[in-house]
Amino acid sequence: MAQQGPLHGMPLAIKDNIVTIEQPTTCGSRILEGYTSPYNATVIERLRAAGAMVACKANLDEFAMGSSTEHSAFGRVRHPMDPSRVPGGSSGGSAALVAAGVVPAGLGSETGGSVRQPASFCGIVGVKPTYGRVSRYGLVAFGSSLDCISTFGRTVQDAGAVLAAMAGPDEHDATTVDRPPLPHRVEARASLQGVTIGVPTEFFPADLHPGVKAACEAAVRGLRDLGARVRDVSLPHVGLAVPTYYVLAPAEAAANLARYDGARYGPRFPSQGDVRALYRATRGKGFGAEVRRRILVGTYVLSAGYYDAYYGKAQAARSRIVEDFRRAFQSGIDLLFTPTTPTPAFKAGEKTSDPVAMYLADIFVCPVNLAGLPAISLPIGRSEGFPIGGQLIGDGFEEAKMLSVAATLERHVEAGAEVR
Amino acid sequence: MSWETVIGLEVHVQLATRSKMFCACSTAFGNPPNTNVCPVCLGLPGALPVPNREAIRLAVRAAHALGGDVRERSIFARKNYFYPDLPKGYQISQFDEPLSKGGQLPVETPTRGTVEIAIERLHVEEDAGKSLHDRIPGKTAVDLNRAGVPLAEIVSGPDLRSPAEARAYLVTIKQLLIYAGVSECSMEKGSLRVDANISLRRAGAGFGTKTEIKNLNSFANVERALEAEQERQAGLLERGERVTQMTLLFNAGTGEVRPMRSKEESHDYRYFPDPDLPPLVLSRAWIEEIRGELPELPAQKRSRLMAEYGLSGYDAGVLASERAIADYFETVVRGGAAAKTAANWVLGDGMTGYNAAGTFQVKAEDLVALIRLVEQGIVSHQAAKKVYAELALAGGHPQAVAERLGLIQVRDESALEGWVDEVIAAHPNEAGRYRAGETKLLGFLTGQVMKTSQGKADPKGVQPVLVRKLSGQG
Repeated sequence: MAQQGPLHGMPLAIKDNIVTIEQPTTCGSRILEGYTSPYNATVIERLRAAGAMVACKANLDEFAMGSSTEHSAFGRVRHPMDPSRVPGGSSGGSAALVAAGVVPAGLGSETGGSVRQPASFCGIVGVKPTYGRVSRYGLVAFGSSLDCISTFGRTVQDAGAVLAAMAGPDEHDATTVDRPPLPHRVEARASLQGVTIGVPTEFFPADLHPGVKAACEAAVRGLRDLGARVRDVSLPHVGLAVPTYYVLAPAEAAANLARYDGARYGPRFPSQGDVRALYRATRGKGFGAEVRRRILVGTYVLSAGYYDAYYGKAQAARSRIVEDFRRAFQSGIDLLFTPTTPTPAFKAGEKTSDPVAMYLADIFVCPVNLAGLPAISLPIGRSEGFPIGGQLIGDGFEEAKMLSVAATLERHVEAGAEVR
Repeated sequence: MSWETVIGLEVHVQLATRSKMFCACSTAFGNPPNTNVCPVCLGLPGALPVPNREAIRLAVRAAHALGGDVRERSIFARKNYFYPDLPKGYQISQFDEPLSKGGQLPVETPTRGTVEIAIERLHVEEDAGKSLHDRIPGKTAVDLNRAGVPLAEIVSGPDLRSPAEARAYLVTIKQLLIYAGVSECSMEKGSLRVDANISLRRAGAGFGTKTEIKNLNSFANVERALEAEQERQAGLLERGERVTQMTLLFNAGTGEVRPMRSKEESHDYRYFPDPDLPPLVLSRAWIEEIRGELPELPAQKRSRLMAEYGLSGYDAGVLASERAIADYFETVVRGGAAAKTAANWVLGDGMTGYNAAGTFQVKAEDLVALIRLVEQGIVSHQAAKKVYAELALAGGHPQAVAERLGLIQVRDESALEGWVDEVIAAHPNEAGRYRAGETKLLGFLTGQVMKTSQGKADPKGVQPVLVRKLSGQG
């Protein structure tokens, strides 16, 4: 009998922006309707080699652009505990399937928090690795300098095991990095003595949702109880993260999505005239409103005369955010603890008419993507019945430490209990 | 007062790799459409580029050959524009951080002697595919075999002063890059392409407004197109009108340039660093190692051939024009042939065959042996040319071929006496005048002996026999 891999028999939900040979890959967009990839993403090959199975492809915000999984050409995803609410996004399909118990684990992708945020809303674990830890080959690109295939599980162990099975350098992705592999088993620690947790004050604004605030305070008490040293730190530039993100990610997206023009694959929408007319019809009708908005923003910020004012400035801001995190970790901090989201799951339709309100749902998660660091969201309590996530952020390639501390906290907190 | 022409050229050469710039697909030319393709060069969703080390090596070598400053860190950038033969909707190129900056190329100009033409930059990029407008009636087909093929773009300074100089620059840079083993540089196969920038000004004035000419498919057409555009701009300026900055296409059929439709002209490429590719970082040691791979380059080789073998500048230039020619010549010299004799053979009969066949048909060692047969008087120079032709056609050992063709010079006294007797008998008048003191007729009679012997008689042996016979001795 062949040797069984570490994920032997594990069915996985795969976000539908990760290409697979056996199922169509739509990215939740009409522009890829009927498209099936002739190759598997590297992560799919590795997970199959480890014994896992692709159970299904999961719905998402179109091209992973959104925070609620309401922006899919195939309809919105409902929160498993309350169909009137959103599961978060953009990886809301995978998150809902794991939370509902359909599959034990799944893959999502992050560009600005699209796994940790829905994990928080759905009351499950979401792990984003360091940029470069997991191959992006076969992940349909959105913001290439930020994109990270990430994992969902009902436990830190499950999400960590799936990550370990697919991590490692890939000759098909020049941005992957060769580091010692991650362990397949995540061990909780007996105590957190010797571990220093930083709590960045910028992540606890005065208007933070009271339930979120209370849950985080309880979790911090828990970390202390476990023996960790906890101290306040400052990341002065994280306030720039959302505007920085909404310049850089659309700029990269505008180029990444240029290939969907109806010329080579995907549907062609009827047009009269030359090839420009074909592009206009296909891209005008094939992409949804949020995708079109971001392509226009991205095109604008790269245009001659605007590049320095927007793209150039955003790159400078990104460097400052990177520097903030670097300084915090150099000051002896092992991990940072923050809330994952400013609120629990919100109602469907609540933010669809106000893009900026929607973008602010990622305010605590997207700085991590800009810095390329690993982070995990795990359930730390409930508010009015809805899950709240706490976030641990590690230094680059410190996933093993981050996961073991998270598993220790996971065992200690009462994730299903209402916070007071 | 006349106008001074200012020309700068952008040359794209295909780097001679077996696989493409960012994937493992073949670069072979002429395969059926869309057969050298994969998810990466088709730009399929999720595919990512990975740089080809060999392409970088060749580009560094080209930069060294042009005296450029190869940079340890350069950046790949996306050049964004929509076109059906551009699968990703952007081309991966380099923009403000190219692989190499600076350099110069000495060019023999028709009227200004040798001029150092500045090289501004050299960068690497991937090629686009090919739109085929004549394959399916009324439709455009796309062949992506060429998409992703590695290119180096070499940008000259505005240092060329005439269309003829532009052509001389192209001939020189092509020779250099072929020499360095960087590129095949074949315009027919699309492995060398040229865009030309041209402006006019009064001598000593600042630069005028330039135009760019595209769609140039031969060096001759580069020169023709620049002449046409030079004339058009001069006409405008003479009439007091202005030159408008624009891109022009050359029509080789009519010899005219016409502006591209504004739609065909791209306005803003929105370059930004490609996030799929980390900065290209090369170690100084590797850069220097590649410098060591450079062969002797044409200009150096020409000087050395002149100095070492006492050849004329022209002869040395022809020998140095291709590595294969110079190598052949030097092999013949090393085999023991006198340099001047070897050069005469290589530049004469050798080049005739080389130009026709693309290779020297007579092995260098056989040419050495043939030259030796002439030196030793075993075959005459005239006979040697026949032997050479036979060697080129069928091969063989020179001496054996000469024997088989009956071209060995005869020194045997009795054979020579027979031909001499025959000639004296056939020309009694001249023989009589010689005997009467008209000794200069000896040359004529010698020639007749050679002719009678069909070139086989050894001319050195003929004269003594003639003199003896004519003076009645024997």
